[in-house]
Amino acid sequence: MNSSHSEPAWVRRTLIGSALAAMAVVLVVPLVAVFWEGLAAGWQVYWAAVTDPDARHAIWLTLLAAAISLVINGVAGIAAAWAIAKFRFPGRSLLITAIELPFSVSPVVVGLLFVLLFGSHGWFGAWLQSHDVRVIFAMPGIVLATLFITFPFVVRELLPVMEAVGSEEEEAARVLGARGWQILWRITLPNVKWGLMYGLILCSARAIGEFGAVSVVSGHIRGETNTMPLHVEILYNDYQYNAAFACASVLCLTALVTLVLKAVVEWRAERALNQAKVKGGVEA
Amino acid sequence: MFIRTLSLLSILAVASAADLLNVSYDVAREVYKDVNPAFAATPAGAGITVKQSHDGSAKQAQAVINGLSADVVTMNSPSDIDQIAKSGLLAADWATRLPHRSSPSYSTHLLLVRAGNPKAIVDWGDLAKPGVQIVVVNPKTGANGKYTYLAALAWARRQPGANDDTVKDFLRKVYANVLALDKGGRGATSTFAQRGLGDVLVTFESEVFRIEQEFPGKVQRVVPSVSVKADNPVAWIDRNVERKGTAAQAKAYLEFLYTAPAQEIFAKNFIRPSDEAVLAKHAATFAKLDLVTVEEQFGGWSVAQKTHFDDGGWFDQLYQPR
Amino acid sequence: MRVLPGFGLSLGITLLWLGLLVLLPLAALAAKAMGMGWADMWRVWTEPRVIAALELSFFTAAVAAVVNLFLGLLIAWVLVRYRFPGRKLADALVDLPFALPTAVAGIALTTIYAPTGWLGEPLAALGIKVAYAPLGIIVALIFVTLPFVVRTVQPVLESLPHEIEEASASLGASRWSTFRRVILPELIPALATGFALAFARGVGEFGSVVFISGNLPMKTEILPLVIIGKLDQYAVPAATAIAVLMLLFSFVMLLAINLLQRWAQRRAVA
Repeated sequence: MNSSHSEPAWVRRTLIGSALAAMAVVLVVPLVAVFWEGLAAGWQVYWAAVTDPDARHAIWLTLLAAAISLVINGVAGIAAAWAIAKFRFPGRSLLITAIELPFSVSPVVVGLLFVLLFGSHGWFGAWLQSHDVRVIFAMPGIVLATLFITFPFVVRELLPVMEAVGSEEEEAARVLGARGWQILWRITLPNVKWGLMYGLILCSARAIGEFGAVSVVSGHIRGETNTMPLHVEILYNDYQYNAAFACASVLCLTALVTLVLKAVVEWRAERALNQAKVKGGVEA
Repeated sequence: MFIRTLSLLSILAVASAADLLNVSYDVAREVYKDVNPAFAATPAGAGITVKQSHDGSAKQAQAVINGLSADVVTMNSPSDIDQIAKSGLLAADWATRLPHRSSPSYSTHLLLVRAGNPKAIVDWGDLAKPGVQIVVVNPKTGANGKYTYLAALAWARRQPGANDDTVKDFLRKVYANVLALDKGGRGATSTFAQRGLGDVLVTFESEVFRIEQEFPGKVQRVVPSVSVKADNPVAWIDRNVERKGTAAQAKAYLEFLYTAPAQEIFAKNFIRPSDEAVLAKHAATFAKLDLVTVEEQFGGWSVAQKTHFDDGGWFDQLYQPR
Repeated sequence: MRVLPGFGLSLGITLLWLGLLVLLPLAALAAKAMGMGWADMWRVWTEPRVIAALELSFFTAAVAAVVNLFLGLLIAWVLVRYRFPGRKLADALVDLPFALPTAVAGIALTTIYAPTGWLGEPLAALGIKVAYAPLGIIVALIFVTLPFVVRTVQPVLESLPHEIEEASASLGASRWSTFRRVILPELIPALATGFALAFARGVGEFGSVVFISGNLPMKTEILPLVIIGKLDQYAVPAATAIAVLMLLFSFVMLLAINLLQRWAQRRAVA
């Protein structure tokens, strides 16, 4: 670092120290607390809490909802990014705004939306009931709420990458006679794969952790419609504090894995971008 | 395609016909954990798995109204089941279908204070003393909170020279002392016992005794002079059991609650059994105090709800932030 | 431009996806609200309990966003400008609140800041009450919205050319006045965007707040909780009215954030 635009050492040290101290208090202490409280009653209690049938079912349901969200929001996200990045059409910026909307809607409002739609007195409530289809207070409701919450993640990460890469390669392939799917598989997706990965990681992290919206539509049936975060809440309210924190620590582990994956993807993406720049420079 | 996907998903989610869903109130978690295996061990309950859902009672009733497909509801006040009946999901005369006005058990409200009773609380009147911090359930969202309010009201009405103004003034002072107005009974317990907030917790007798067990030497019960009888009514939800074909199982489950083994389980969980013989056997367990009923004292639940708890009612007039 | 195929298909999927998942539910809410009429809606919005919750939600979200404005700038600055052991780890850790389920954050923070907790006990000895007070809500929101300012400021700070700072220094400006006069103005659009994102998220946040707030009506009850409270009281229309209010706020914030981002981009280009 050039000394002409850097601070004296003591200023630097103070700033680094206070930033790390703030991060320790705000971020690290809660993380440590979860593992501490989870293990406070010993490994046996911890293991029993994590392998309890209700906990296992909650883990399964959480992963299922996350997987469905990943597939649907992933495929639709690629389609949306393709439409928005590769074409200009009226209402394009309105569409972008509409896609970002779920980011700013409060989770509780999201839950309410689905109650209004699929509850007994909602738009489709009577029809669903007469056909014996359960949406709300059953797995489909949980999946729908998760889908809504995680809706924008993939598009938002894909869009800037697709726009930055440009369409020259695709257009060249088209001129050379490649078909649409071939272009998508062979050119576009490889070009944006890190952006896609990044979006999917964010999407799954949010899907696994969603609480407010799912809480409104779940019905809290033990061993049936409880996701992992809801199971944590139930244990917490059951006086089973150590078990609650044990299950919470499982969620913390997935969060930490997410952070690692994210760092790896970011690093790979950066490298890919630099290589592309070098390649571009040589060709130019 | 969308709807077909949904129905496929819900087939995955639909439980087998031999499963019952019991939608219940917040602090009944432990008792049904014991009741359900006992039911499964009886001939009538063989092969039936009962799933549980617990939360604040009003929230649970709302979920059933919105389509949570409960086979049975086991609540802590008739008012929530009346709300479900209003939506047409079960017969309005549900309370007459089983003995004891469909209540296999009941409880009442007691006070719980810190060990040694540092604020010298002996009866409801002490809750209005300045500097006493109270933890209760929000009477708007849980029957637990309604019983607290009504019990304090019953005490105030018994005081010499009581009239509507003195009673309201008393309640205003009590609720000015409220530190936390929790959503459900268990939240209030957590606030008081685990988080160490407040001087007094007002909740069900069963919960008071359980907290004493969980936190020995840290808290102690206070039995007031008078309290409200808190019925724990149960009902099967007609429309849901018809659709699922579980009417017989649901009825068998609720009838099981009246049998001696189930009544014993209630007593062991500090919930008063409706069976006089079982109650007499456990008489030493339960607090001795004067119990009034909502019907005699407050003109029944629908009147009480309208006068005190509906928007604009007494509670809204009384409860002002500090 | 339309050399590439798949416009109809991809736009069709997008609109179907958006329509079914987002617009249809929003339409249900709008229809329900229309059924109420403005007068009824206004009555709900002006209930003392709703107004108290509105004030609380906006106040706590604003305070948390302001705190994170400074904290975020500090962390972004340290991460971009200095090299120290553990920098990569700290950088990755900034995203923890995004990755950690809010309910987990809620119970963890409540445990730490309760009067019996690690930090709650010493603070209580100083007479500072965190859990079950508005301060607790602010603490939870600081945690949840910490990454926003850091992540919006970081890239701008990285791309800031060194030349202007060197020029400023060579003209005799002190380091502090260079920061204030040269660097800070460049960061303002990013800071504003980060602030707006944090604020918007804070107003709607639920999971991390419910555990720590104590949910005292008129005192520590946030707006989303009033919605749940209304639902618990069988008052679906009132819940809808408050949801509409929150949605309107979301729209406004979304618009503001988009404008801010555009401003930031223009600044970056210029």
